Amino acid sequence: MNVIAPERRADLTGQSHLGFIDCDVHPFVKSGEDFDPFLSERWREHRRGIGGRSRQGLGRNSAYPRMSPGNGMRMDAWPKGGGMPGSDLALMQEQLLDLFQVEYGLLAPLVGGAAGERNLDYAAAMAIAVNDWQVAKFCDPDPRLKGSIQITIEHEDAAIAEIERWAGDKRFCQVNIPPRGLEPLGRRRYRKILAACAANGFPISLHLGGTSGHASTGGGWPSFYHEEHPSYVQSMQTLVTSLVCEGTFEEIPDLKVVLVEGGFAWVPALSWRLDQSWKRLKTEAPSLTKAPSEYVHQHFWVTTQPIEEPERPDDMLAILDWIGPDRVMFSTDYPHWDQDDPRYAFKVKLPADWMRMIFRENARALYRLD
Amino acid sequence: MTLTHGAIDCDIHPTVPSARALLPHLEPYWREHLLRRGLERESFDISAYPSGSPLTARPDWRGANGLAATNLAAIQAQLLDPFRPSAAICNVLHGAQMMMSEDLSLALCRGINNWLIAEFLDRDPRLRASITVPIHSAELAAEEVERLAGDPRFVQILLLAMAELPLGRRQMWPLYKVAEKYRLPIGIHAGSSFRHPPSAGGWGSLYLEDYVSYAQGFAGALNSLLAEGVFQKFPDLKVVLIESGVSWLPASLWRIDKTWRGVRSEVPWLAQLPTEIVRDRVRMTLQPFDSPPDRAALARVLDQIGSDDMLLYSSDYPHWQFDGMDVLPDGLPPALLPKILFDNPRATYPRLAALNPVGETTA
Amino acid sequence: MAKHVVARTAEIPPGGRKLVTVRGREIGIFNLDGEFFALFNRCPHQGAALCSGEIVSRLESALPGDYRLSRPGEMLRCPWHCWEFDIRTGQSWCEPNSVHARTFPVTTEPLVAETVDVTIAERYVVVTL
Repeated sequence: MNVIAPERRADLTGQSHLGFIDCDVHPFVKSGEDFDPFLSERWREHRRGIGGRSRQGLGRNSAYPRMSPGNGMRMDAWPKGGGMPGSDLALMQEQLLDLFQVEYGLLAPLVGGAAGERNLDYAAAMAIAVNDWQVAKFCDPDPRLKGSIQITIEHEDAAIAEIERWAGDKRFCQVNIPPRGLEPLGRRRYRKILAACAANGFPISLHLGGTSGHASTGGGWPSFYHEEHPSYVQSMQTLVTSLVCEGTFEEIPDLKVVLVEGGFAWVPALSWRLDQSWKRLKTEAPSLTKAPSEYVHQHFWVTTQPIEEPERPDDMLAILDWIGPDRVMFSTDYPHWDQDDPRYAFKVKLPADWMRMIFRENARALYRLD
Repeated sequence: MTLTHGAIDCDIHPTVPSARALLPHLEPYWREHLLRRGLERESFDISAYPSGSPLTARPDWRGANGLAATNLAAIQAQLLDPFRPSAAICNVLHGAQMMMSEDLSLALCRGINNWLIAEFLDRDPRLRASITVPIHSAELAAEEVERLAGDPRFVQILLLAMAELPLGRRQMWPLYKVAEKYRLPIGIHAGSSFRHPPSAGGWGSLYLEDYVSYAQGFAGALNSLLAEGVFQKFPDLKVVLIESGVSWLPASLWRIDKTWRGVRSEVPWLAQLPTEIVRDRVRMTLQPFDSPPDRAALARVLDQIGSDDMLLYSSDYPHWQFDGMDVLPDGLPPALLPKILFDNPRATYPRLAALNPVGETTA
Repeated sequence: MAKHVVARTAEIPPGGRKLVTVRGREIGIFNLDGEFFALFNRCPHQGAALCSGEIVSRLESALPGDYRLSRPGEMLRCPWHCWEFDIRTGQSWCEPNSVHARTFPVTTEPLVAETVDVTIAERYVVVTL
């Protein structure tokens, strides 16, 4: 790769990237106390006492430390007044929403720990608290920001109740489920929750993350963040495979799934492998009425970050073509260290209609943002 | 004349018909051990390749017992004679490699290697083999390599992509040390001992999901070898990814290269673009390729791989990757075929370097 | 090409830096042990304000488990994707032959100016662009 210093280029400023829809923005809390107004006294006490417990050795931070402070934050996104990057709406506006005239930003709250919490009652309470907090601190003060409903997938009744609580509320666009769960999402035990998402018009966002307690790779626990970071993609591949092969989309034809923060260049090869393997093993998956790749194309959307940077920048065009530019949506991942800048993320010039689709129209249509 | 005449087939799978067949090849202690426990009656099938699965054996290659490739006559009639390779590397997939007891695992692996010698290598000069080793014990695996390294018909060491520990971990290094010493490539075959689910996303329901996941397993294994610095620590070691699928590699490498540019200081010994290391030190067998649906896309994937040296011909016999004689994936550029069929395998396996092409590798 | 006086040398102590704007361009001036270097405040990767990044060392290794720190304070780490650049040359750690942060020639020169106290031999940092 030959990289040259990007100058401000006439063809980029004031053009397609301005007014885009950002499909991955992370709001953070200044501290856990921010959730207290949205928790009952019983759970406030629990939060202050035993606190969250997930399936990992370290209680609070990751055993795979990131390479910058705050578990992998953009270094220039720390608010001067204190608190985590992403916790200060004014700075988020300055560095993202206003700078790029972002039309809509889809929030992906990675806080509260509801998704991986082992105490399911606490998890359910925390999911509600995180949703109320998103609305109070971000969506209501800045209506460009749209929430993602947090649920705890191991508590079916609570999850469905929380999805239904926000049904029809335009402040929420989707339901967030992390790909690292106890079991892959196509398993029958999750079917009612997925059906509730579809019935209420919410796509599911599989935002990278979760603590399942399973090793990061099928071959065990790697040593380094250098491996942990790309291994999240493998969990995402497991879920795509599971949802397709289990016939989920035959049972819930309206289900739409968005892959968030996993990159996307891997999707074509996974589709080819699914088709190739299915050719021999189709008797095992009789509910499929067409090739797996067709389900992938019909039911999955991808967000771009962390955008792949092919050795030959031109290969990006082939990847987008293979996935279908109607299924790709731009995302920054602000304020993480590996976030993408809409001006420079693509190292190759895209056709104008692809730009419009990827930066705006696909998300607007999928999330009915008008 | 077949295109594969004279080629080196880098992945075929003789099948151990039953544990009983191994008894004559075990040490007396372990023979009695098996008999006391009735283990000669067990199949030692691995979940990664259920014997009845359509993928595990092409229907027209299955024998009366439902299994394929259990004896030399079958392999000769179905593979060696019609496809006419100059050499074919036997990779045995068997539960021996993954028994919880490391000692039992070693004993059974020894039995398999002895069985390979007696039933196949001694009886057809075209056959070569990978050394079957206990994958969860690097020390015992190294011991078995030491035992057999003097036999030039053993050309590599066989591991599975997914085991207890990622393959780059330092606990594995005693094996890589001996591999480097004898210039034996590490052959990593698709599959898992299923000590873990195929990813942190958990256990799926179908074998179809597992088989698809094997490519992810290779991505994880390769990242581990890179990040742990195995290629720096063992500068002469080569790695062959067997039955890994091929088309997933470029996107996976783009992601690793990207991670490396920001995270490399965590693993400072990784001082070269991971893609370059892979092109230099890692090889992949041809079947299955997991081809895109059109030829233009296939050509682009080959360009993305970015090296003519990486692909090694394999039939994956008797796994059902193709029908009839169509062993080569559609759309491979003819100019690349001599490298894939003969030159690359010969350059990869030092013990096959002296093998003479019969001069008829291409039609 | 013209010379631009951007700072008094005393303003930027060893290990320090100053962000200046010359002809509309933001440039970071760095003092490495008395030598001055100038880098464009824009990462070649995605345009981040490179010169606001951490000043770090070279972390290197010959083999796994061997960890070495050299040239302390001579590398710049991008505040976004953590790409590392050599402050002296602008070369990227990962791809020194193909990825560069843009550099500008810097000199230190005494300047005669009526406002300067002639009893002190003050020197100035001068960037050429």
